[in-house]
Amino acid sequence: MRNFIRQRERAISLKLGKKLVIYIPLFWLLLFFLVPFLIVTKISLSQITYGRPPYLPMFEWSKDNLLTIKLYFGNFFLLFSDSLYINAYLNSLKIAALSTFFTLLIGYPMAYFIARADEKIRNILLLLVILPFWSSFLLRVYAWIGLLKNNGIINNILLNMGIIDSPIKMLNTDFALYIGIVYSYLPFMILPLYANLVRLDEKLLEAARDLGAKPLALFFTIILPLSMPGIIAGSMLVFIPAIGEYIIPSLLGGSDSLMIGRILWDEFSANRDWPVASALAVAMLTIIILPLILFKNAQKKEVAIDE
Amino acid sequence: MKNNISFSISAFTFLASFNLAAIGAEQVVNIYNWSDYIAEGVIEKFEQQTGIKVNYDVFDSNEILEAKLLTGGTGYDIVVPSASFLERQIKAGLFQKLDKSKLPNLKNLDETIMQAVQMADPNNEYSIVYMWGTTGIGYNVKMIEERMENAPTNSWELIFNPEILAKFADCGVSLLDAPDELIPAALIYLGLNPLSEDEADLQAAEQLIKNIRPLIRSFNNSQYISDLANGDICIAHGYSGDILQARDRADEAENDIEINYSIPKEGAIIWFDMMAIPVDAPNPQNALKFMNYIMQPEIAAEITNYVWYANANQASYDLIDEEIINDKSIYPPKEIKAKLVATRSYSLEFDRLLTRAWTRIKTGQ
Repeated sequence: MRNFIRQRERAISLKLGKKLVIYIPLFWLLLFFLVPFLIVTKISLSQITYGRPPYLPMFEWSKDNLLTIKLYFGNFFLLFSDSLYINAYLNSLKIAALSTFFTLLIGYPMAYFIARADEKIRNILLLLVILPFWSSFLLRVYAWIGLLKNNGIINNILLNMGIIDSPIKMLNTDFALYIGIVYSYLPFMILPLYANLVRLDEKLLEAARDLGAKPLALFFTIILPLSMPGIIAGSMLVFIPAIGEYIIPSLLGGSDSLMIGRILWDEFSANRDWPVASALAVAMLTIIILPLILFKNAQKKEVAIDE
Repeated sequence: MKNNISFSISAFTFLASFNLAAIGAEQVVNIYNWSDYIAEGVIEKFEQQTGIKVNYDVFDSNEILEAKLLTGGTGYDIVVPSASFLERQIKAGLFQKLDKSKLPNLKNLDETIMQAVQMADPNNEYSIVYMWGTTGIGYNVKMIEERMENAPTNSWELIFNPEILAKFADCGVSLLDAPDELIPAALIYLGLNPLSEDEADLQAAEQLIKNIRPLIRSFNNSQYISDLANGDICIAHGYSGDILQARDRADEAENDIEINYSIPKEGAIIWFDMMAIPVDAPNPQNALKFMNYIMQPEIAAEITNYVWYANANQASYDLIDEEIINDKSIYPPKEIKAKLVATRSYSLEFDRLLTRAWTRIKTGQ
């Protein structure tokens, strides 16, 4: 009997512990994600005004005890009626997708090489991938300005070597924008790919080779399919933040490098249009949630494979 | 070992100084001013004289400042909006009235300029003039000469005529990222009322700028200073003092780059940057002390000599470098002054049209 009680007590405390582990992050998410999102949604449904705050209240309690709730949908209609926003969305998706492709193209061989490298140098190589994070992201993007500008390092070297006669315009173009994004997000591609590739069972490759598979066939029929979860995880980690990227397009891109993060900033600060900016943010979140769901599904699959 | 001791001593004194500061409830004043807009040493001198610590922070566009003020709780004690923005900010109740008994140095200010800014701040109740200037054209003399003989550097033609501007697209052209500067300039060039709130006028100006849009390298409000000084661009639409600072920097660097500033002959915008105290400023008394300090003739002259912007401090005029006080692009003579237009706050409806037009222009839509 005593044993039974003790067991029950233990079970209860275990349950409590489990609950705590689950509920603390849940509470965190509610407080710092859902509540701000609701505030933004509320602002997106109000009308602009000049004052502090720069939008009209949604709820009004009048003297005759009448509560009026004003929901203004004009901001969302504006998003669809002005081609600027839709173009910016599409362009952001395009830029993010292309950048993801390029990071994958560069990141995959790097991750593969690191995963197959000798264990002694593997950690050093990994450290080198993470090393840039030790300096500020903003500084690293600024450094590219010095490299890419008209009388910057790259142009000066090319000019001195006599390869070109006049500087190539690289800064403030889409080219610089892609370089910035690919450079900044490369570690986010390499790390999940590495984590996946390092677990790849050598025995499978040996067996394939014994059965006469050529290197290309080996890669496309075994390595690539098995590393799919890593590819998806890395791609999502690059693609999702790249859509809303603001700093890189504003520092390296031209003023016609249309990206939604930048439009959002313009609406919020230069145009003082909080309601439209909020509507943009709400719409952006809804769009980003789609790839996130795909990401979750891919993760589930990975767990299933591991088991 | 010796090193160790001296280290622990310095660490101790460091901590001790922190404690003392905390006990003495350190006096501070938080200032939010335009970038590159104060002389070296002026802040340190104020700190030494009064024992008030200055937290100095900078912005480079009126829009950013306004966004912060409208959010509220900025923590700033002094902000420096241009008069055209200050006008509607006062109406929105963002500032507190100045206690003029704490500002004896007000007597030093130029009566005619203080009168001119009354259109934004009636009776000068909320603000003092910090600096004023014009918005015109800065250019790299050599790069322009190489590409075109007798280029119309003293006319908006240089920027708004696509055939002329095309000659300079390769060496770099920058425009201010400020619709309230560029649209009026375009309207002046078109011979229309620069302060017009007419939609058709706005469309005409928008079209004019769209025509030259492909030739523009960037829209920015402060980057062009170093870009001009380094030869990264050859034409900049910008603020008078900023361009003259670029000239000064190029001179100091001795990089063989000569920069010039011109007020276009068709006319240009004249603006006034005003110091004001936000309604929720945590240290308004210290803000008044700083304002009074800045209005001392010696200090005002020191700043002007450094930033190449005209101040409104009559008592300081004798102390300003000859080179500056006699420069027609800084202190323009009457006949040029007559062509200068002071901008006003736009109506909210027009403001929205303006910002939409501006986004279309910038993004090349």
